[in-house]
Amino acid sequence: MDLILETKGLTKVYGNGTVANRRVDFGLRPGEILGLVGENGAGKSTLMKVLYGEEAPSAGRILLEGKEASFSSSQDAIAAGIGMVHQHFMLVPSLSLAENLVLGKEPKRKRSRFFDQDEAVRITEELSAKYNLKVHARARVVDVSVSMRQKLEILKVLYRGARIIILDEPTAVLTPQETEELFAELAELRRQGHTVVFISHKLDEVIALCDRVSVMRDGRLIATHEVAEVDSQTLSNEMVGREVRLKLDKTATSAGAAVLVARDLSYVDDFNITMVNHVSLTLRRGEVLGIVGVDGNGQTELVRILTGLERSLSGSLKVGGRELMGAGPGAIRRAGVAHVAEDRMTVGAALGASIQDNLLADRYSEGRFTGRFGFMKTEAMREEARSIVADFDVRCASASQSVASLSGGNMQKVVVGREFTADAEVLVVSQPTRGVDVGAIEFLHRRIIAMRDAGKAVLLVSSDLAEVMSLSDSLVVMSAGRIVAYFEDAAAVSDKELGLYMLGLKRQGEDEIRKVLHED
Amino acid sequence: MKTDTARPRRGIGRTLAMFFTDRDRLEPALVTLLAAVFAVLSGIILIFIVSKSPVLSVKNFLLAPFLRSYNFYYLLIAMVPITFAGLALCIVYQARYLTLIVDSCVYMGAVVATVVGIYLPLPAGIHPAVAMLLSGLAGGLIGLLPAILRIKWRANELVSSLMLNYVFYFLGSCVIIYFLRDRKQSILASLPFLPTFALPKLVPNTQIHAGFIVAAVFVVLVSLLIYRTKWGFEIRLVGANPRFAQYAGLSVSAVVLYAHFISGFIGGVGGAVEMAGLYKAFIWQMDPSYAWDGVIVAMLARRNPKFVPVSAFFLAYLRVGADFMSRRGDVAFEFITMLQGLIILILASDRIVNYFKARRLKAAALRDERAARDAAGQIATQGAAEAGR
Repeated sequence: MDLILETKGLTKVYGNGTVANRRVDFGLRPGEILGLVGENGAGKSTLMKVLYGEEAPSAGRILLEGKEASFSSSQDAIAAGIGMVHQHFMLVPSLSLAENLVLGKEPKRKRSRFFDQDEAVRITEELSAKYNLKVHARARVVDVSVSMRQKLEILKVLYRGARIIILDEPTAVLTPQETEELFAELAELRRQGHTVVFISHKLDEVIALCDRVSVMRDGRLIATHEVAEVDSQTLSNEMVGREVRLKLDKTATSAGAAVLVARDLSYVDDFNITMVNHVSLTLRRGEVLGIVGVDGNGQTELVRILTGLERSLSGSLKVGGRELMGAGPGAIRRAGVAHVAEDRMTVGAALGASIQDNLLADRYSEGRFTGRFGFMKTEAMREEARSIVADFDVRCASASQSVASLSGGNMQKVVVGREFTADAEVLVVSQPTRGVDVGAIEFLHRRIIAMRDAGKAVLLVSSDLAEVMSLSDSLVVMSAGRIVAYFEDAAAVSDKELGLYMLGLKRQGEDEIRKVLHED
Repeated sequence: MKTDTARPRRGIGRTLAMFFTDRDRLEPALVTLLAAVFAVLSGIILIFIVSKSPVLSVKNFLLAPFLRSYNFYYLLIAMVPITFAGLALCIVYQARYLTLIVDSCVYMGAVVATVVGIYLPLPAGIHPAVAMLLSGLAGGLIGLLPAILRIKWRANELVSSLMLNYVFYFLGSCVIIYFLRDRKQSILASLPFLPTFALPKLVPNTQIHAGFIVAAVFVVLVSLLIYRTKWGFEIRLVGANPRFAQYAGLSVSAVVLYAHFISGFIGGVGGAVEMAGLYKAFIWQMDPSYAWDGVIVAMLARRNPKFVPVSAFFLAYLRVGADFMSRRGDVAFEFITMLQGLIILILASDRIVNYFKARRLKAAALRDERAARDAAGQIATQGAAEAGR
């Protein structure tokens, strides 16, 4: 079969020397949905950015319908019929959906040449009906759900005449129900003759949706299969390059005494939106309490309050019986709360500083590192850094190299290595494996369980539902800043069930939710 | 199978990586050096364009310190205040703050030292030391102001420090003119310092004074502070990423405040040293503007106090050369400011400073990629075969 879009020997090297794509021979058949799977950092997004004209290839060729093509910008790619929906939406929140849709290619009134609002709405509704992607044309982007924003992004691409649509991890921000809806819509697009590239690292989704699947690993295109002829174990082996255990070994333990007691926390953000709405919970020794919820439902803010980075408007925060509300991150750390920040690039690490400085940032002033007159004990510091680097298997030439030079997984090991050796009683762990390769994910998961087994209280926040469900002993669900459900036994609840709570379609009674306080 | 190929590679990769990390430090230093050379060369070209006797002017410009011993001593003396300003700016640059308040710190330090020099009868030796301490305290407090404004009201410290420099310049002049002026002098000068105030001369019959040693001591102290003490660690951490520093439990505002205080303190000491080392009375007719010298010196030193004396020597060398040349030829002294501007322009550009690094990394990666083509192809097929099993 003829390929509508292909690459030959495509290599992409970034300015910092990272080789993101290594001689990739990628092929796309007309009218198919092709899954592109691989770990984070395998080069999927880069390959698509090259095809979409956002990045220039360092070597190799791109062929569009058999003819040599080169895109110097995404405008060129759009003109050639290639559209891309990014993981992070590119929308203007204060404008209406219709205005966003036509932005850059606006319909104009015949005589005055002014923007034709009604025509924009008509176009939006027509497209929406044609592709069965339901959106409210007149609503403002800021007021609609994430899934509707995504539909709008797809419509935007279609409006610009794309025949090939690239979707970069579209399901990352969706609930299970919304994902199913999206799949139906994509199948409709395929029926109407469009070609779709579906980037994901969730194999079950790819198998449910796609015709063929290409696997990337370490910048290389490892293999391409017909979905009907392949199983998820083969794919995951190809993704990782070795056998992976998809199940986590976890022995049951019983939770101990309460360590961190948070009551009635609230937070209102700069836009006057209530992000945390009277949230109370208790963390107990030897227990992983998982927080699930669609991103942006208050998890981030709750974590920032619990770790002292943000002030709650109400309530109290006690660690080991001591009131720490408003005490600041330093005092809360000293009280025994370690924190793996969700964003290692901006908060969890100082990229320009050395691995050693990063590892010692929370403990440099202790007596074992700082001696008389404030002089630091260089040898002790070097030794500490060396031991954490070895213990957490940080792959680096030396601890004096900058954190920026590490891969995502190793960067995260630096962050986790520091926090897990901080001798804390409470570990607040946020997005521990975001953007981390599978090998490191397995490692990090084992360390989290090991901390629980050592009697620490762990609060786990992650947008990877499977991750929270497999690691946690109990679960709470957050929706619109509130805790809407508590499950004492995380193993006893299905992802479908959680989805209903995440979407805010279901809500437990106050008595059930109150059980998370463990006040009896 | 995989481990067999992976093992020796890791060894080579490691050596390579270490080689690269060294070059990461080497190349910016090289670019800095090139910037300096480039500035000097442009200076020579400029001289050839404007001068009627270019060869003589160039010779005077480049060889001034070696043509007259006076010039050489003058160079060493000129290094002292530039070194203090450079050290002061290294500290705030380490915290990634951009303040020029050190100008006021030097100036007000000199004014405070003048008061001490005129009115405080103290034994020799102790007298200038007390002046340095008090000037340092004054400088430190002044240095705090832009930091406080930034922390409290998010006022940009560069702008507020530039404005405050005017405030303190006129405040200082006011103090000198209304309270300390020597009415018997025809020029603007303060009352004469007590004889005990003068710093001892290091070389007889020259101007080289003990302030040179004080500056050297401060170079050592500031280097130790930044790279060996916990306060320096805090300053560097805040500079590397303030959000991270806060997350790690540091009090970022406290760090910023004491960094500015120490910076201002050093500026103040620099002012006192100038007064006690060179003058018999306060005779500055205008603001000597050491802050900009400090900026150049700190940038040339790449924020590392150890290199401040080297870059201060370079700047003083340019100054002395330009001064000598202008007095014996037709090129104005001010041409030196063009060279300074050139240096700042080059060093302030990250793209230029990191140009070689980016190019090298990219080329190396592409080369490795091409060299590994066959081997990698094999591994890929093996991987696929293994996975298929």
